[in-house]
Amino acid sequence: MSSAERDLMRIVIVGHVDHGKSTLVGRLFHDTGSLPDGKFEAIKAMCERRGMPFEWAFLMDAFQSERDQGITIDTAQIWFKTALRDYTIIDAPGHREFIKNMITGASSAEAALMLIDAGQGIQQQSRLHAFLLNLLGVKQIVVLVNKMDLVDFSEARFAEIAREYSSYLGSLGIKASYIIPLAARDGDNIATKSARTPWYPGPTLIEALDSFTPAAPLAALPLRLPIQDIYKFDDRRILAGRVVSGRFKVGDTLLFSPSNKTAKVASIEGWSAPEAHDAEAGQSVGVTLDEQLFIERGEMASHVDTAPIETNAFKAKLFWLAKKPLKLGENYRLRLQTRDVNVVVESIVCIYDAESFSARPSEIVERNDIAEVILRSTALLALDGVEANPKTGRFVLSDGRNILAGGTIALEGYPDQRRMVTVRSANITDVAHGVTAAQRTLRNGHPGGVLWLTGLSGAGKSTIAMAVEQELFRRGFHVFVLDGDNVRRGLSANLGFAPEDRAENIRRIGEVATLFAESGQIVITAFISPYRTDRQRARQAAEATATTVFHEIYIKADLATCEGRDPKGLYQKARAGEIAEFTGISAPYEPPLKPELVVDTEKLSIADAVACVVSYVESRFRKPG
Amino acid sequence: MDHLDQLEAQSVYILREAFNRIDKLGMLWSLGKDSNVMVWLARKAFFGHVPFPVMHIDTERKFPEMYLFRERYAKEWGLNLIVEKCPPVEATDPTLPPNARSAARKTLGLRDTIAKYGFTGIIAGIRRDEESVRAKERVFSPRGESGAWDFRDQPPEFWDYFNTDLPAGTHLRVHPLLSWTELDIWKYVQREHIPMVELYFAKGGKRYRSLGDQDITSPVVSEAITIAEIIAELEATREPERAGRAMDRETEDAFERLRAAGYM
Repeated sequence: MSSAERDLMRIVIVGHVDHGKSTLVGRLFHDTGSLPDGKFEAIKAMCERRGMPFEWAFLMDAFQSERDQGITIDTAQIWFKTALRDYTIIDAPGHREFIKNMITGASSAEAALMLIDAGQGIQQQSRLHAFLLNLLGVKQIVVLVNKMDLVDFSEARFAEIAREYSSYLGSLGIKASYIIPLAARDGDNIATKSARTPWYPGPTLIEALDSFTPAAPLAALPLRLPIQDIYKFDDRRILAGRVVSGRFKVGDTLLFSPSNKTAKVASIEGWSAPEAHDAEAGQSVGVTLDEQLFIERGEMASHVDTAPIETNAFKAKLFWLAKKPLKLGENYRLRLQTRDVNVVVESIVCIYDAESFSARPSEIVERNDIAEVILRSTALLALDGVEANPKTGRFVLSDGRNILAGGTIALEGYPDQRRMVTVRSANITDVAHGVTAAQRTLRNGHPGGVLWLTGLSGAGKSTIAMAVEQELFRRGFHVFVLDGDNVRRGLSANLGFAPEDRAENIRRIGEVATLFAESGQIVITAFISPYRTDRQRARQAAEATATTVFHEIYIKADLATCEGRDPKGLYQKARAGEIAEFTGISAPYEPPLKPELVVDTEKLSIADAVACVVSYVESRFRKPG
Repeated sequence: MDHLDQLEAQSVYILREAFNRIDKLGMLWSLGKDSNVMVWLARKAFFGHVPFPVMHIDTERKFPEMYLFRERYAKEWGLNLIVEKCPPVEATDPTLPPNARSAARKTLGLRDTIAKYGFTGIIAGIRRDEESVRAKERVFSPRGESGAWDFRDQPPEFWDYFNTDLPAGTHLRVHPLLSWTELDIWKYVQREHIPMVELYFAKGGKRYRSLGDQDITSPVVSEAITIAEIIAELEATREPERAGRAMDRETEDAFERLRAAGYM
């Protein structure tokens, strides 16, 4: 088999409309001798019928409407060979109207050719396409300054465009591998060095392409095997899926997320294939397990010590492709590998301006906009940040029918919730208490409960908590405040301020507060507790006892107000970058959706705020009469 | 993983997605090299089983060798075979050129079969390298109520996320071989020892590269009598695969019109 071992590389050609993409494809074919017989003649005939000069673009523009309008509507693919390897060329439309087709084509490419017209220079789509390539994960880029014949092969003009575009790419964190002057129509610097650009010392396009490396295999990353389906065609119960990264072997223990179940791989199944003992990234596999777990499509298998992150909220950068705009608060289906869950758009952080690509705030995200949003799902998701894993760090949004958007995941500021949902101790049995909750209530004159204060730093939580404690104590309530001072010194002394540590701190406070409440106390907690999920868990802990009640009290003041107060100088330090992950500045605060009580400290004085909480307690904890 | 392993893994993933997401799924089996590879890939995906019907939309003008092949391997491979006959040529669009009208019978036969069995997904073995209009296809390609392909406004498809849900009364075409080339097909046939209709191998200095109806398909000059020789021949040729298919080139847009109307 002469060419069985030849590599295949997929490259996409992008750039602003009319900057010469389809012409370049035709020329690449012709100059590498890859054109099938009869094709040249067929294109010539089509052009003659239209009374126009020979048009290379007709090689890829297969639709009559594309040929008639002279624009590429949908992406197409075609194959050519160099001495080194085979290439699939993906031609992507440059017209802004067809961005969804450009993305469809470019998403599978291992390298990209970005065309810029030497006369027109950098245009909107030249910028947008680079931005999208970056989101799509295409890292190897050749910039082609095309139509050099129209600027008399001016070295100065080439240098000007190269400088300006390199600086734009730099702002996105991309570096072009090569920048080549081209006259695609005549073949300059495509397969052979052009005599018309003697000042250009670099490689031809073909040399540049052949220097690229195929997409790095993901086998070196941690194992991710999204479960696609479960088959019971015969006596085997086979879990089917494609290994998107990493590798595993028979006998390995797999952890399934988010269900948190584990089992060992008993066999790797196949049909008409040699017996397999291991599998790696890229393979579509079937496995059987040593015990029958209830596993569904959407679970993600990994190894136990390199598990994906579990969260139900994350920040995402996305490109929006649907005609109907994305709106704040709207529900969508999120698909992450084989998992499919409902998410709500919790906030639109910013959108990137189509001209300057600077970030600006917006209430909606329109077609072809690129935006940063925060998404929240009701169910836990197993995922990774896109920097950690390109396969499990990307997702699409759909309306249950069509794909509306694609996005990449950023996890900065969001905790891994896996630890929180796993009960590690075995052999726990409930023991009935000798004293009932009713007896405690009778003795104390009021039931136990949790007053959970939440709000930004500087909103007034601690001040209010201490004053409320004093006043309730004076009125005969059994009351105690948990705050940073008494908790961080002991119970949580081993925790720092990373998102996971903060979440664990809140989990402990929730559990301790529940114990206090069960003992008959009214517990007031005064913590920022920025994550809705954490507060929800504290509520669940309290309400699981059936006798204690959880009261979420939102101490409300906006960021600007709190930053203006800045009693401890923390905001100033956070702005200076001296405190990492500071809530409101570099980490998110998620306000309560349905708090039992809102205390607005922008409008109320401290005394009024305290009175408000005390009267709330009187009405909820004192038996009438 | 080599190139064929990658193609196989991708096709298996696509077939499993189709089987999981689509209620009433069927696979087209034209008895040609591509559809035989496709049936083989289904057995790979489902561990020896083909868990949906396999359909032959019969123009009744195929070569006798093809009918013999169908009877033998439907049984040997344990296929749930559906054979449906195509309407006569008079039922097709009279404004199409004559050979295209002949091909359009298959479109009508497919349309009737979809209606009769209520299929919501049809797996077809088309490839991007066959024809430039097919190069623009999606892996999961929605079809309108009449089976029509709206190629001017196709949905986005990327990162192997496919559009798998669709409105009532419409169906999806699923194309697991879209990224394969003719050469890939033969290399895979060679590696996997997949049976093929003998018309693909040269007899008296000629062989068929592509199999359609007897009256609109012609053989190419060839001495290739083994798979290895076919592979060597394809690596050297500059002749397009469907050169023997008369309907593709009658007019500039003949094939585009066929496909827009629902041809596979």
